Amino acid sequence: MTAPGTDRGGPRAGRPSEGTRRSAGTATVLPLVVLTILVLALFAASLATGHISLPPIPTLAAALGGDPGLPGLILVEIRLPRAVLGIVVGGSLGLAGAALQGLLRNPLADPGVIGVSSSAGLGAVLAIHFGLATGSDLAVPVAATAGAAAAVALLLVLAGRDAGPLTLVLAGVAVNAFAGALISLALNLAPSPYAVVEAVFWLLGSLADRSLSHVAVALPLTLIGWLLLATAARPLDALTLGDDVARSLGFDLSRVKAQIVLGAACCVGAGVAVSGAIGFVGLVVPHLLRPFVGHEPGRLLIASGLGGAALLLAADLTARLPPMTHEPRLGVVTALIGAPFFLHLIVRTRRTLA
Amino acid sequence: MNGLVARDVAVSLGGREALRGVAFTAGHGRVVGLIGPNGAGKTTLLRVLGGLMAPDRGVVTLGGIEMAAMPRATRAKRISYLPADAPVHWPLRVDRLVMLGRIPCAGLWRGSSDADARMTEAAMSRTDVLHLADRTVSSLSSGERTRVLIARALAGDPEVLLADEPVASLDPYHQLRVMELFRDFAAGDRIVVSVLHDLTLAARFCDDLVLVAEGRVVRDGHPEEVLTSGAVGGAYGVETVTVSTAAGTFVAPWRRLDTGNETP
Repeated sequence: MTAPGTDRGGPRAGRPSEGTRRSAGTATVLPLVVLTILVLALFAASLATGHISLPPIPTLAAALGGDPGLPGLILVEIRLPRAVLGIVVGGSLGLAGAALQGLLRNPLADPGVIGVSSSAGLGAVLAIHFGLATGSDLAVPVAATAGAAAAVALLLVLAGRDAGPLTLVLAGVAVNAFAGALISLALNLAPSPYAVVEAVFWLLGSLADRSLSHVAVALPLTLIGWLLLATAARPLDALTLGDDVARSLGFDLSRVKAQIVLGAACCVGAGVAVSGAIGFVGLVVPHLLRPFVGHEPGRLLIASGLGGAALLLAADLTARLPPMTHEPRLGVVTALIGAPFFLHLIVRTRRTLA
Repeated sequence: MNGLVARDVAVSLGGREALRGVAFTAGHGRVVGLIGPNGAGKTTLLRVLGGLMAPDRGVVTLGGIEMAAMPRATRAKRISYLPADAPVHWPLRVDRLVMLGRIPCAGLWRGSSDADARMTEAAMSRTDVLHLADRTVSSLSSGERTRVLIARALAGDPEVLLADEPVASLDPYHQLRVMELFRDFAAGDRIVVSVLHDLTLAARFCDDLVLVAEGRVVRDGHPEEVLTSGAVGGAYGVETVTVSTAAGTFVAPWRRLDTGNETP
């Protein structure tokens, strides 16, 4: 706490311009409010959408009253996990994307593009392949997190802290290729064709047919990850001015780096473990939201988490809308939206940075 | 020992000895200019003085406290560092960028207070960038950007300002303004250490000069004692002219010493 009197000798203070400061305060909160409302609306829409139309109020009342009946069961056992996972996984991807972009000061950093998601998938596939998954519910999320952490660590070694966008993406291509090769090997050696089909569908990414126990498995690691990432706002702001200035402002950069790597690995790993690999959310969301938070990496974190949740809920709704017997997998939907956006970003980045 | 002091500091960077036993003193209330040719070790010395890099040998103290023993938070409050060609990775609004300088004073959890806003605004008015407050950094000229970054370095109200080539991209008006600002700042019992290439500005505005070449302090002291043709000539490889006018004496590099044998 610095009282005005303790500011040594200090420059003569001008009057704080109340008008601009108040509007800056409103501008700080407004995106968060809008995004929260959006997430809640999409959450409600996700609960209300499905093959069977449920009368919302009676169903809800029945579900809460302890005598669920069929509509209540559908709501609690099928739709609620799906909607909650939309928020959990989407929030993780948005938050991790924003934090990684801030740490690497690189607009192309995203858990999917740089290979973190596929490495988490590799960890999960290995856990399934070696039968660890039958031992404990936590085996798959922990293995996925370990895979994600290994990928981020490898990227830091390959690309370094101040790597240009190109180096980072190339390193990501390498990590993705390696993880992909090992996943293929695991599938190649799979005991039965059914196991292969199951693993492939799981890798495509989906929120369908998940239960509340999936939520319970993913939640602890996810929350740890969120906490680690959300508390990195200040150092990320400081890193805007480069490593030396961030250090001079009192931050221990190796600690900051470890915090963000671990945080991203925890929440992306836990998310991938229950939903499979869902790409591009962490790339698209920070980009769309950056102008609304004044391009400040610290303020972007929470906004991007909310934005990721909203985008994934919306994408999941989109996947459910077409009247097909097999709904398109969520990871496929986000990739169909995300890949063109990624190309657009590369073109734009090439123009401005290179 | 008072002030910012380095004793017998040695640093090697990638196998190259960047500093070889440097002694340095900057007392409170003084503006100290670090001069010397490119690659002499000025930036390395500045980073060691700021505690951003631990020397391989030797100690740095501020007000008698060893830099290595000073907690990060304390060091951040007392010493502000302004790098040369500082990157700004995201197009922040100018006033928000200057506000980053308040981080050491604000603590981890507290948002910006009235005092933060006041100090930010005061720092911006000192470097003449108040009118740019709501522009984004990416839209500024390099001189304007430099002034914004100087404001950032001042916003934390530090005891020591370490500036690496702060005036290199500024127009003459703002060069004078920044040098006057440094004098004014140091007058409040604070310390300014600045890397400078303009010997005329260095002679006029610095209390002491430290001439560094090949990782060693070649000469230090009062500008007139340091800026002799022998010392400057040896360090930079240039011949200087010294001009005395009614306004004062100034030194200007005039001719490369190694051009004697070349035919134009």
